[in-house]
Amino acid sequence: MSKFETVIGLEVHVELKTNSKIFCGCSTDFGAPSNSHTCPICLGHPGVLPVLNKEAVDFSMRAAMALNCEINREQYFDRKNYFYPDNPKAYQISQLDKPIGEHGWIEIEVNGEKKKIGITRLHLEEDAGKSTHAADGSLVDLNRQGTPLMEIVSEPDIRTPEEAYAYLEKLKAIIQYTGVSDCKMEEGSLRCDANISIRPVGQKEFGTKTELKNLNSFAFVQKGLEHEEKRQEEEILNGGEILQETRRFDEKSNKTILMRVKEGSDDYRYFPDPDLVRLSVSEEWIEKVRSEIPELPDARKARYVSEFGLPSYDAGVLTASIKMADFFEEGVKEKADPKMLSNWLMGEVSAFLNNGSKEIDETPLTPVNLAKMIKLIEDGTISSKIAKKVFKEMIENGGDPETIVKEKGLVQISDEGAIREFVVAVLDRNPQSIEDFKNGKDKAIGFLVGQVMKETKGKANPPLVNKLIAEELKKR
Amino acid sequence: MSLLEKKVSELHDLLHKKEVSVMDLVDASYARIGQVEDKVKSFLTLNEEHARQQARELDDVLAGSPGERILAGLPIALKDNISTKGLRTTSGSKILSNFDPIYDATVARKLYEAGAITIGKLNMDEFAMGSSNENSGYHVTKNPWNTDYVPGGSSGGSAASVAAGEVLFSLGSDTGGSIRQPAAYCGVVGLKPTYGLVSRFGLIAFASSLDQIGPITRTVEDNAYLLQAIAGHDHMDSTSANVEVPDYQTAFTGDIKGLRIAVPKEYLAEGVDPAVKEKVLDALKALEGQGATWEEVSLPHSKYALATYYLLSSSEASANLSRFDGVRYGVRSDNSENLLDLYKNSRSEGFGDEVKRRIMLGTFALSSGYYDAYYKKAQKVRTLIKNDFEQVFNHYDVIIGPTTPTTAFKIGEKTNDPLTMYANDILTIPVNLAGVPAISVPCGFSNGLPVGLQIIGKHFDESTIYRVASVFEQATEHHKAKPQL
Repeated sequence: MSKFETVIGLEVHVELKTNSKIFCGCSTDFGAPSNSHTCPICLGHPGVLPVLNKEAVDFSMRAAMALNCEINREQYFDRKNYFYPDNPKAYQISQLDKPIGEHGWIEIEVNGEKKKIGITRLHLEEDAGKSTHAADGSLVDLNRQGTPLMEIVSEPDIRTPEEAYAYLEKLKAIIQYTGVSDCKMEEGSLRCDANISIRPVGQKEFGTKTELKNLNSFAFVQKGLEHEEKRQEEEILNGGEILQETRRFDEKSNKTILMRVKEGSDDYRYFPDPDLVRLSVSEEWIEKVRSEIPELPDARKARYVSEFGLPSYDAGVLTASIKMADFFEEGVKEKADPKMLSNWLMGEVSAFLNNGSKEIDETPLTPVNLAKMIKLIEDGTISSKIAKKVFKEMIENGGDPETIVKEKGLVQISDEGAIREFVVAVLDRNPQSIEDFKNGKDKAIGFLVGQVMKETKGKANPPLVNKLIAEELKKR
Repeated sequence: MSLLEKKVSELHDLLHKKEVSVMDLVDASYARIGQVEDKVKSFLTLNEEHARQQARELDDVLAGSPGERILAGLPIALKDNISTKGLRTTSGSKILSNFDPIYDATVARKLYEAGAITIGKLNMDEFAMGSSNENSGYHVTKNPWNTDYVPGGSSGGSAASVAAGEVLFSLGSDTGGSIRQPAAYCGVVGLKPTYGLVSRFGLIAFASSLDQIGPITRTVEDNAYLLQAIAGHDHMDSTSANVEVPDYQTAFTGDIKGLRIAVPKEYLAEGVDPAVKEKVLDALKALEGQGATWEEVSLPHSKYALATYYLLSSSEASANLSRFDGVRYGVRSDNSENLLDLYKNSRSEGFGDEVKRRIMLGTFALSSGYYDAYYKKAQKVRTLIKNDFEQVFNHYDVIIGPTTPTTAFKIGEKTNDPLTMYANDILTIPVNLAGVPAISVPCGFSNGLPVGLQIIGKHFDESTIYRVASVFEQATEHHKAKPQL
């Protein structure tokens, strides 16, 4: 056991999927040609003024409430001053003293243990543009400039990289449930920086922290933190000192690499933006936003246990992603057996999605079709084994399971006479197996069943095959 | 009498009756510019080709059915910090010497829709920082009454062009007196509207919480016509007030009987030129003659106004001017080795001394560790200054005093002493801090240079200001004097 305790705090940036940018009317769609979603306002031309997009405030308030934050009744925006080419006004409009929400928390579960992680604040700001650096120069794309962005800062309550991972999963799930963001790390709509320090067990003061950047997936956050806590411990045990540094996680070597040492703190010269008016948030406004918060992951999980009798673990896995949970509920509505549906989603479906790094709505599989397929298994039309073939077709190319079964001739053979013919033929060809069986080698049955299934191209009803082989063996 | 010496209403009638064409007015404007511009140097950019094009189009339209738009066909010029699409807009700075905006300011759009014809863009102190136009990155505009003297600033070109008869009227902007002070120095009428009455969208920001665009004209009535065209809520400007804009022409009742005038003792104290004081007292007498009464009052926090203003305006400016970095538009310094060099060189070469001084002052005032002592405290004092005005306006209809402590000074006289230069705005700055409207109207001469009378009103009560200013104008002859050029 280490003599040190790790302290982790996470800063997560989440882009809101409002129709337009936070201070102008430009689109926020991802993937448009560079600088095509721009106007004089988000280009920061001389004389332009920002006008706050109310939807961005609604969305961030909804997220803040879902994260159990208190909403500030009086808010305003500040200018954060710094020079960079992808920051066209040379200040970012953000919130310093009066953010959207403060003092929130979420509950995580690691190894069966539940724990609350505090959320210091959630504030609203404008995203910067995107710089691309090449050998012969740098390019700036300002499409992203002005996209509404929430910054969610956790308390330093996280103690292990595993907890950090669980926090991020939970945070992402809650925000996705609220519908205010896609939280796609690969498109940059969710980004995470991590602060980490270690201290001797029992010490109250925090150690010097380092900041980790370039964390492009939750798994990399965990790996980066694992490396960094080890590095800090070794540094201290070797008589070294931890410096306040910004470090980059290198995915290839699984190591963190020094970017720069921070000297003092940056002075952004924040002051209230005189171009925007103060925002008074009324009780009516708050209640209206509160009424727009849908059922959140924990509530759904509890409901899946009580309503559908799912094991808590299964309910947790299904509700971790709103798309999976919604798919599940659609399937149940189509009268699929909840437990069977849950097994398919957690098994075959998840395996397929993980393989291709896909989301369930990126496949042609529909809840209606999956539910139908499960019903085909239940009424004995197809075996579980055949079902896997049908499923493969459904998730790769789409389609109705009944049609697939018919077109591919996959209907299960449950006719005793027909199967018996196959059984007799197989036994005739395999005298050695019969011998083995008589000598007490039960394995021989498995081989014979396999042969029958092969002969019937997997369509024979497996329990029937077993029964008939036993019967025929007795006769020999 | 030149066409451009007539009033808005007279020219509108002449256009209606087809006695003059829009082209005649545009010709008259460029002809006058041809005669006097060498001496006055009001303009930074002329818009002749487009102006003539617009005049031709308007003459065609007006030939069919006489327009109801009062400003249609009338020649105007805009201060060069007002964004005009496709027409060079420099804000008086070298850093924007090559800058053609891609959009129109709301006021420019409104004027275009009203049919006014933009003759050109007017000289100003760089980014509106200055009181004499000597801080222009291009040249010094001269006072039409005596070309050895400054026209005032920062809207020096706006005031001088109207005084010199180059255009009928103009727009300026006023952050700490930048419309009223040059209007006073050049003997014309300049109004700083209530903060929020006129959209700032497209005004290149100096100090966002203080800036306001306003009209400069030769008569009070014309001033009201021009304000009418540009005032009103704009959804592009969050700080623009959603208030009903009254018909300002109905303010001209000619009646100020019972009007209660407050005269702050701080506005006639030491530092105010005795000749200026005398003209202001004469003006008060004239207003008494029309049935008004006046009493001395106090605006006790006035003495802190200058310091408060320079902290707040410079702080805001330090952020507002950061976008001029040579990256996307404007002038970029050659031969920069890296990004930091590019910023440093572009800004060092592009900005003048006064702008740099204010950026440094503002950057300092906002810095961590100094913010509370400077910026935050200045905000608190601003509230006290606002309260001073509110107190007085509980008992009085208008506040009257001089616009400036002295008449125009000689070119070069104060350039080496920024603090004396700053003190010039001591009577106009409190008005911006309080956000109330104020006008400067001519009230006489001292040594051949005009003196300005400042009439300050309640929030959104431009009508009362116009009523008082108009009564004063009609009761006196000051506005009839013309500079000899």
